[in-house]
Amino acid sequence: MPKVVYGGQSYESAGKSVLECLTAQGVSIPSSCHSGLCQTCMMRAVSGAVPAKAQAGLKDALVAQNYFLACTCYPEQDIEAVLAADGLDKQQAMVTKVEYLNADILGIRLKPSQPFEYRAGQFINFFKDADTVRCYSLASVPGIDDELSLHVRKVPGGQVSGWMFESLKAGDAITISEAAGDCFYLAGKPEQNILLVGTGSGLAPLYGIIRDALRNGHKGKISLYHGSYNTEGLYLVDELRKLAQAHANFSYVPCVSEGAAPQGYAYGMVLDVALEGHPDLSGWRVFLCGNPDMVKAAQQQTFLAGASMGEIFADPFG
Amino acid sequence: MSLYDEIGGEAAINAAVDVFYRKVLKDDRIKHYFDGLDMVKQAAKQKAFLTLALGGPNNYTGEDMRKGHAHLKGLNDSHFDAVMENLGATLTELNVPGHLIAQAAAIAESTRKDVLNR
Repeated sequence: MPKVVYGGQSYESAGKSVLECLTAQGVSIPSSCHSGLCQTCMMRAVSGAVPAKAQAGLKDALVAQNYFLACTCYPEQDIEAVLAADGLDKQQAMVTKVEYLNADILGIRLKPSQPFEYRAGQFINFFKDADTVRCYSLASVPGIDDELSLHVRKVPGGQVSGWMFESLKAGDAITISEAAGDCFYLAGKPEQNILLVGTGSGLAPLYGIIRDALRNGHKGKISLYHGSYNTEGLYLVDELRKLAQAHANFSYVPCVSEGAAPQGYAYGMVLDVALEGHPDLSGWRVFLCGNPDMVKAAQQQTFLAGASMGEIFADPFG
Repeated sequence: MSLYDEIGGEAAINAAVDVFYRKVLKDDRIKHYFDGLDMVKQAAKQKAFLTLALGGPNNYTGEDMRKGHAHLKGLNDSHFDAVMENLGATLTELNVPGHLIAQAAAIAESTRKDVLNR
């Protein structure tokens, strides 16, 4: 079995990723998404070969220097690694507004200290401190919103969300990364129909993508289904209803899965409601975000309903 | 001209993956083997398999194929036949000429011993 050497100690990889292997031994490695996306757990190999998969998404210059992502690195031979600075550039930002969108979701607005390039639907890393970081999708749209906005769900026992709910306030200076991720609207097929399905704070990137598509003059249907247990779990309901009134091609169906649905809401699991409304998704573009089990099921079911694999975009962060 | 080029290279494979994998996931004989799997990772494997079958650039090792299927309980010829059938139906649906389908089927058939661990 290949060994992982870190900090002068040697560990059996035993089929685990470098990140799993080290954290299982009590070694603390900053990490967040565990999916090879956020680049928080980036390390550099000082000896041994790095599997190509562990370098997916890294900039060429980093690949050339043997940087890799610990969470997707399954060593095939002994590897000696050191911690690396983050793969994504960081910058300071100022919190300009913190508001409750509902009882469990905070809307946070940020003003970056330097020009900030991004696409609606991408995510950023948000640092509580150097080692404590979480990924959040952007709900804002360049060209519409002056500031960045995030929707943060209160995670029970969550270190970062707990801190935000308790003490984050306008005027605070915080650190964020540049934006990354490939779940965003691409102009170029204005007639294509778009289905968006989200739960909870998974609405954030979808809210950005929808407004970006409308701003780009998208002509095809844009159909949003947003689900929660009950109406209290939903938010931006009025804004989305107004958006639907203003744009004939945009429709919005808020869904509740428990109890009875009041007028104007659909009853059922959001994915079921969406597929009932759109049983044939041939040629559609699909965006999914929220509860990981919902997203996983939705990837398969929208594909079986006819959407092309390459047209199904899942945002991993709610 | 190779089989791969004749079919249309990577663009053709990408089109074929959608059709093929959709058939596999709807096939009552084999779909339970795909329950709960990460679809994106699975699709990458299906693409690798189709690329191999269609004579494209691949680094096929029987070892990977053996490892990838060793844990699947009760896997037998009937399941492999079902996949072969879906492959043939996919290529037919994409209007691939019969003699090329036969070539692809022959390459795919050569993985049977690895998939079924013989």
